[in-house]
Amino acid sequence: MALIKVNNRGQSSDFSSGRNFHNRIINGDMRIRQRNITTSTINAAGVTYNVDRWLGRGAGSAGVFTLVQDSESPNGFTKSLKATVTTADSSIAAGSSYRVMQHVEGYNMNDLGWGSSSAQNVMLSFWVRSSVTGTFGGSFANGDYNRFRTFSYTISSANTWEKKTVSIPGDTSGSWSYTNNLGIRLNFSIGAGSSKVGSTSAWGTSSIEGATGQANLISTNNATFYLTGVKLEAGTTATDFESRQFGDELLLCQRYYYQLGGTSGYSMICPCHGASTSELAMLVKFPVDMRQTPAVSWESNSTLTFRRMNNGSHDWTPNGVNALTTGELRNYGGAIWFGGFNHGQSQYAAGHVRVANGSNSLRFDAEI
Amino acid sequence: MIITNAKYLTQTGIDGNVTIVATIDGEQISVPIQVGNRHYDEIMQQVADGDLTIADAD
Repeated sequence: MALIKVNNRGQSSDFSSGRNFHNRIINGDMRIRQRNITTSTINAAGVTYNVDRWLGRGAGSAGVFTLVQDSESPNGFTKSLKATVTTADSSIAAGSSYRVMQHVEGYNMNDLGWGSSSAQNVMLSFWVRSSVTGTFGGSFANGDYNRFRTFSYTISSANTWEKKTVSIPGDTSGSWSYTNNLGIRLNFSIGAGSSKVGSTSAWGTSSIEGATGQANLISTNNATFYLTGVKLEAGTTATDFESRQFGDELLLCQRYYYQLGGTSGYSMICPCHGASTSELAMLVKFPVDMRQTPAVSWESNSTLTFRRMNNGSHDWTPNGVNALTTGELRNYGGAIWFGGFNHGQSQYAAGHVRVANGSNSLRFDAEI
Repeated sequence: MIITNAKYLTQTGIDGNVTIVATIDGEQISVPIQVGNRHYDEIMQQVADGDLTIADAD
């Protein structure tokens, strides 16, 4: 039973023994996959998400890998994130870096004191399995991307789950965000060129993302790398992975990404009304305050159906929609407006919006 | 990010531009004009670098 020592009304002072949110990593056991993307191909320097909160970053087309949620997992887990090299980069350019990453929001690390003399040590623990053995690398970096520290770990046996623990002294220098901006960049390297690797012994300002002498998974075609049970906690002792209740973990993920629709069959995703004769206002309420006002995306204009209340045979036809605006959208929800078309109904007519099948959705992205 | 077709949008009842719509990595996205939004920050970085131009609203 968790005990909370209450000193005065509204104040408590001892959460340490029963606290269930030691882990600064969200979806560390890779269970949440809201985007419903089966396989993500990482073939560019941009960021691509697969399971929630985890992203892949490549280095162009020289080396390509995929990310997929996989059922291969160690005892106590049901899912992992699997990276597979589909195009090997056997001579990695000096400045190239291939990574699996999570960005930690500043609010979720603001007790660590990084950037001050009281910076706390952190422990990183995770389960890993790879077809390639040897010394692997990774790194921590700040949001401004000017403070870096690498780490290394050894995979001893091919295609075997192994638990790894890494101790990282807190950074006493540099600028670290403690707000809703990017706090920590956690990076598992699967390949890095000569100028992107360095010593694991100290924090520095060179943009290194892997460990000197590390194995480069990206150099082996069809090589695989599985990751799950990732935990980042303050202190000098790594504790067991805490599997949060699914709903709790989902809410943590939805602070950064949320979607309406994307399930099989027709889905009514939100109410709407005619904001004018050429605009529809769609009303949304997010299940948790998002990190900030999200960007909104959708497949195409034809994937959304606007249906007028009390007259199911009179759809508001979205053909010709050329604008979705966010002027009245906030991090808690609000209204998004579809405009630029004549829906043929009165200004205040009410109805709802639906999507037709599992591949269609409205997506809200406030990732860091 | 590969960003194309960026354009400012306005909204009835609100002064000025409220959104940038763009094709980002092949996906049509409406981006709020807000520093700290990763899409907005990238759009403005590419504009600053001379790699992207945002069309005016209609």
